[in-house]
Amino acid sequence: MSSSSSYNSPCAACKFLRRKCIPGCIFAPYFPPEEPQKFANVHKIFGASNVTKLLNELLPHQREDAVNSLAYEAEARVRDPVYGCVGAISFLQRQVERLQKELDAANADLIRFACNDIQAAGQLPPPAAPQAVASTHMVPAQQPRPAGGWGGRFYQTPSFPVIPYSSMPWNDNYNPHGGVDGSI
Amino acid sequence: MNSGRCAACKHLRRRCPSDCVFSPYFPANNPRRFAYVHKIYGASNVGKILLDLPVNRRAEAADSLYYEAYCRIKDPVYGCVGLITILHQQIHNAQCQLARIQAEIGALSTQSQSEVQQFQQVENVGPSFLPDQNGVPNSTSFYDLSTWFD
Repeated sequence: MSSSSSYNSPCAACKFLRRKCIPGCIFAPYFPPEEPQKFANVHKIFGASNVTKLLNELLPHQREDAVNSLAYEAEARVRDPVYGCVGAISFLQRQVERLQKELDAANADLIRFACNDIQAAGQLPPPAAPQAVASTHMVPAQQPRPAGGWGGRFYQTPSFPVIPYSSMPWNDNYNPHGGVDGSI
Repeated sequence: MNSGRCAACKHLRRRCPSDCVFSPYFPANNPRRFAYVHKIYGASNVGKILLDLPVNRRAEAADSLYYEAYCRIKDPVYGCVGLITILHQQIHNAQCQLARIQAEIGALSTQSQSEVQQFQQVENVGPSFLPDQNGVPNSTSFYDLSTWFD
C-alpha cells in the first residue's frame, strides 16, 4: 500500500478526478500515482462514488483485497465488455468439467486394471487392490442461483453459486424474466 | 403512468421511454436484478456499457453484469474474483489427482506385463515338451515339470 496524499503527488484517483488529495483520502492507499490505469478502469466501470461506498462498508484490512478484485473485474470488463470476468469463469468451469470426466475415466481404468490383474494372476496370489483415488466430485451447491433463468447443476463454492457453462443465459436457457429467488 | 415501466425506470422513478436501453433486460417483474446492478455499477455506467454494445450483445452483457453484481453483494471483498481463485484451485487439485491416478495405472500396467511375461514363459515351456504332430518328443526343449505336480 502507498499513501501519497500528504507531501507527494496526489493519488491516481484524485489526479484523475482533478481534485485535492487530502490526508486520509480513501483511495490513496490503493491507487498509487504510478498506476493511473488501475483507477481509470475502476472509475469507468464502477464509478468513484460506488467504489467509495463499497470501501466504506468494509473494514480497513479488507479494502486492499477489495480494490484489487474490483480492479481485476474492471480490467476484465474493459477488455471484454460483454462478458467481463464471467467469460473467464465460464472457461474455467468447462475446464473443471473436462477434468472431472477425465478423473472419472481414469478411476474406472484403475479399477479395471486392478480387477484384470486379479483375474490374470490365476494361481498367483492376487495383488493388493489399489485404492481408487476419490475424484474431486463437485457437490451441487445448496445455495440458490441468481435469478435470470440459469438452471442446471452448480459446483459447490464457499460463498456463492457457480454458473455452469451449459446453463449460461447466452445459451438456450436464457430468460431475463426469471423470478427473484430472494436469497440475498 | 406506472404501468409498462421497466424495473430500472421504476427504481429510478422516472418515465420509461419507448427506446429505454434498460427495459429489454430489466423487466418489471424482476426488480432485484436491476437493484443489484444499480448498487454496484450505477445506472449511468450500466447504460453506457449497454449503449456501447451492439443490440444483439446487450442481453448477455446485462446478464453478466447482474451475475458480477450478485457476486459482489454476496462477497463484498472478492466478488466473482473469489470464484475464479477457487476454480483455479479446483483445476490444480484435479490435475494432481489425475497425474497420481495415471502414475498408478502405469505402475500396474508394468507390473501386470511382467507377470504375464513370466506366466507365458512357463506356458511356452509346457507345450514344447509335448510331442510334435508326428508324435516325436521335442527333446530340445525338455523341461522337468515334475516340480509343478509335487
